[in-house]
Amino acid sequence: MAEAQIKTFNINFGPQHPAAHGVLRLILEMSGEIVERADPHIGLLHRGTEKLIEYKTYAQATPYFDRLDYVCPMNQEHAFVRAVEKLLGIEAPPRAQYIRVLFDEIGRILNHLLNITAFAGDVGALTPMLWGFEEREKLMEFYERVCGARLHANYYRVGGVAADLPAGLVEDILTWIDAFPGWLGDIEKLLNNNRIFKQRTVDIGVVTAEQALDWAFTGPNLRASGIAWDLRKAQPYAVYDEMDFDIPIGKNGDCYDRYMVRILEMYESLKIMRQAIEKMPKGPVRTEDRKVAAPSRGEMKRSMEALIHHFKLFTEGFHVPAGETYSVVETPKGEFGVYLVSDGTNKAYRCKIRAPAFAHLQATDFMSKGHMLADAVANIGSIDIVFGEIDR
Amino acid sequence: MSFFDRTARDWLLTELFSGMALTFRYMFKPRVTINYPYEKGPLSPRFRGEHALRRYPNGEERCIACKLCEAICPAQAITIEAEPRDDGSRRTTRYDIDMTKCIYCGFCQEACPVDAIVEGPNFEFATETRAELMYDKDKLLANGDRWEVELAARIEADAPYR
Repeated sequence: MAEAQIKTFNINFGPQHPAAHGVLRLILEMSGEIVERADPHIGLLHRGTEKLIEYKTYAQATPYFDRLDYVCPMNQEHAFVRAVEKLLGIEAPPRAQYIRVLFDEIGRILNHLLNITAFAGDVGALTPMLWGFEEREKLMEFYERVCGARLHANYYRVGGVAADLPAGLVEDILTWIDAFPGWLGDIEKLLNNNRIFKQRTVDIGVVTAEQALDWAFTGPNLRASGIAWDLRKAQPYAVYDEMDFDIPIGKNGDCYDRYMVRILEMYESLKIMRQAIEKMPKGPVRTEDRKVAAPSRGEMKRSMEALIHHFKLFTEGFHVPAGETYSVVETPKGEFGVYLVSDGTNKAYRCKIRAPAFAHLQATDFMSKGHMLADAVANIGSIDIVFGEIDR
Repeated sequence: MSFFDRTARDWLLTELFSGMALTFRYMFKPRVTINYPYEKGPLSPRFRGEHALRRYPNGEERCIACKLCEAICPAQAITIEAEPRDDGSRRTTRYDIDMTKCIYCGFCQEACPVDAIVEGPNFEFATETRAELMYDKDKLLANGDRWEVELAARIEADAPYR
């Protein structure tokens, strides 16, 4: 019998699929159950954030950063306020820097919790997801107590943070830090050695160190491929240079390593949080420069000058000297950068956002090639994509 | 030795059984879920929920139509029109918030110099029609009257940090 060529079969994966982690539409070219080509179609959550920011004052632009990667909102605000601070040539007071580090790490745990539990759910283990949301709830309560919103924080401001930590919060965070490793141990016990979980993840979606660099991987995905690159260590921002922590790296760059790196990173985050709380100095949380940060309520009620500053800042905003800057932070997903061009007015001339998950999504094709359909799901889950920041 | 150890563990499904034992133990832990409409989670004084326009204790509305909230609102959800009243004081004739546009960032209450517009503790204001979410001044003042006790307590609790 003559050899027959079987045509590949296209299937549409998503955009409404629980394993697509948002609104990913993946066109899969299937040969039987083997993925020949994976073609991600993006843009379903496009809101024109970058363009909108060009029409907002600098203060008004911060809430937009919460809505990019909505799993760890404050980390992204950090990138933006740092960019503006760099252009203005100011620094947030020390206490604000420690608060930022503390909440960056809470954001990191929030993100990793959702990712590893949702990833476990993707490959068939549904229990961690149910447990994970309980811990996330506790963390979001900390968010809510400090800024008033569980997700869209709008807490970091240019020149500091919106308000000081309320009384009692630090103690509650410390209690939580003590309890969390026990809970995380339970998750590890469920997953780490579980044969079903390992069969679905070990040697699936291997990314070599070279490939990771070629495809602009950053964050845990890059570290899982064995490259010890973490912006918190490589070019420390805020007060990360005073923190003592390690960066876990993987060996094989497969789904299991990416999961493991995230688990270990959570333990490191706990270390950083504890140090940030211990080292946190007393003092103001917003810069004293009244041309940038609004005066306190009491001052505004008493002093005419403060009232004028208050009115100026909430209408016109502040002017930023002309110039451009690229400022990066290590968000839980990787290098999140803000390229900001200022023309000297109160609005940004251009704000380009470098989202880590956008680069990671490119890898779905070569990672999934030759794997089964179910492994494509594992791959998507393990590279940790959130569509808020990919589509922007 | 480690080979035998591993093989034994493999054949006896140890990790699966210990995982099952763990989930079984969790069954006897206290329940963490709450019975929502009857029980609610805690809210901090900073929680940003439904908007309200407040009044002074003598019944006079606080808002002086300075329009700072309108200016700072990133979503441009607030529309204000103002005129001097018969007694000469400047008050709003129109104060609309489009709750479908609002992103609950809290800039309006931060900007307000007289604590008139606030974001209150109420998060249960879902409606059946879209039109009901276009709040006008009457609705916002009614919210203020309804929530005033809590609003005042929240502002007082958060005052040291503002």
